[in-house]
Amino acid sequence: MIPSAGLSLEQAPPFSVPLRFFLTAPWFLVLAALLMLWQGPGIFASRWLPATLALTHLLTLGFMAQVMLGALMQMLPVVVGVVVPRPRLIAALIHILLTLGTLALALAFLASSPFGFQIAFGLLGVAFGVALLAIHVALWRAPVANGTVIAMRWALLALLVTVSLGLLLAGFFGWGWRVSVVIATDLHAVWGLIGWVVLLVAGVAYQVVPMFQITPPYPPQFVRGFAALVGGGLALWSVCRVEQWSTAMRVTGTVLAVGLAVFAATTGRLLGQRRRKIGDPTLSYWRVSMASLAVTALLWLSSRLIPTWAQAPQTDLLLGILLIFGFAVAVINGMLCKIVPFLAWFHLQAQLLGRARIPNMKHLLPDAAIRRQGWAYLAAFLLLLAAAVDPAIFTYPAALALGVTGAWLGVNLAGVGQIYHRLLQSLPAEAKSA
Amino acid sequence: MGENVVAIAEFLTAEHRCCDENFAVVEEAAQAGDTARCQREFQQFQAAMEWHFQKEEEELFPTFEQTTGNTMGPTRVMRLEHQQMREALAEMQGALGQGDLDEFLGQSETLLILMQQHNIKEEQILYPMCDRFLASNAAAVIAAMQAVSAHPPA
Ligand SMILES: [Fe+2]
Repeated sequence: MIPSAGLSLEQAPPFSVPLRFFLTAPWFLVLAALLMLWQGPGIFASRWLPATLALTHLLTLGFMAQVMLGALMQMLPVVVGVVVPRPRLIAALIHILLTLGTLALALAFLASSPFGFQIAFGLLGVAFGVALLAIHVALWRAPVANGTVIAMRWALLALLVTVSLGLLLAGFFGWGWRVSVVIATDLHAVWGLIGWVVLLVAGVAYQVVPMFQITPPYPPQFVRGFAALVGGGLALWSVCRVEQWSTAMRVTGTVLAVGLAVFAATTGRLLGQRRRKIGDPTLSYWRVSMASLAVTALLWLSSRLIPTWAQAPQTDLLLGILLIFGFAVAVINGMLCKIVPFLAWFHLQAQLLGRARIPNMKHLLPDAAIRRQGWAYLAAFLLLLAAAVDPAIFTYPAALALGVTGAWLGVNLAGVGQIYHRLLQSLPAEAKSA
Repeated sequence: MGENVVAIAEFLTAEHRCCDENFAVVEEAAQAGDTARCQREFQQFQAAMEWHFQKEEEELFPTFEQTTGNTMGPTRVMRLEHQQMREALAEMQGALGQGDLDEFLGQSETLLILMQQHNIKEEQILYPMCDRFLASNAAAVIAAMQAVSAHPPA
């Protein structure tokens, strides 16, 4: 290992810690695309089909959780000022267990195999157990409890609920535990997508949107209220769901949907006020993401008013695609295209210390490459929405576009990793050990 | 006393926002391909950044270090990051001198992240610590920082 020679690396974990997550994640989009190609239009018949559940988990665990956990291990020291203990070891452990666990879970769904669910239970249980422990320890040690820290604490609480319910469900499929499957699945999905994902993105947005787009800050009243509203709203909604109080469920659901729409609108308004005038691919991803979140809320609200919509299986599928692929994948894709070249640059300049010329971020990953992959992403998103409505026509084109955007992202990011390693290896041996 | 509690954080955070605005103007000029305007704006931006660094390094950090007895902690990291940003600014200056606006924009992207990551650490961690430890002294520290006259980096 090269000593970090006094640069400000004390607080930043080694590049390999987040990079292993970032380089793996895009290939789960490709796996999801292959699954769609194999299963064909039938995969969009209902959200309850085993193949559909496998597809969902390839996206949520394979892509989303993979990047989010990697990014948290990178971000916590920077944003919160605390260090995750033994970063290399913990990152490697979480990464391997999460990757294998996701594959095991997808296969277990596809093969309806109790043994597969038992394996997935073990792998994912340990992966998230270690991750939650490491990140919780870090977050509770945070010296300052700002809006981001508070939103992230709620997000982690929601992740804990999501994982616990997921393990319970795996126990049902693996060992025949007695679980009310429909209720537990609803709670699992809502805590995962609304609790964990929305709150984590909100916590990140509070810092990242004003700073990197150069906008006014989020209104402090909003920051103070939003995480508690979503967390509290979810808890209430869950009680109503378990007790089957349908009117109370509608009311809490409406409050939550309005809350999400307000977050989307607030972010959209801030982006409209940005002082940074140059075009930036990340900006487009933020816009797509917030538009998707707003449409999710509107679709849910209108489906409560129109009973035929509420009963149609397409509504749930559309909500899932909007939240998972529209809202979450867009933000993550945009962030990956910034954070990977920046970290490569950052670690290179710390290690090369002027002994070689370091390419700037746009040489490491050109805007043109980001933009082209972005168009493929947008095509995949729109085709997936179309496939939920008319699977017979759109399933195969959607799968192809998904595979293209996933592989393209994977290649773009791997390219950055390659330049990074090539430059480090090009150093003369004595310089390396200096 | 009460109004001093957030005084240092407020004073320096406002300077960060001011530098952000300068940055946006520089970047816009580069994007527009207007080398002359970019050069003018960049000079102002670089000077504003340097002056801000000097206020912290010559007044805030030493006072913080004396009060807390800690010279190896957060202020050391902040000084190193200032140095990193100075180097990034110098690289940008070089690219601009050669009229290479593409290279300049690539480096400005890097500087923005470097700068905002640093600002987050200061605004979320260091400034609140300063306000806590230097509370009774805050007005004097701010006055001393205002009195720093901009000079070329040492
Ligand atoms: Fe500073």
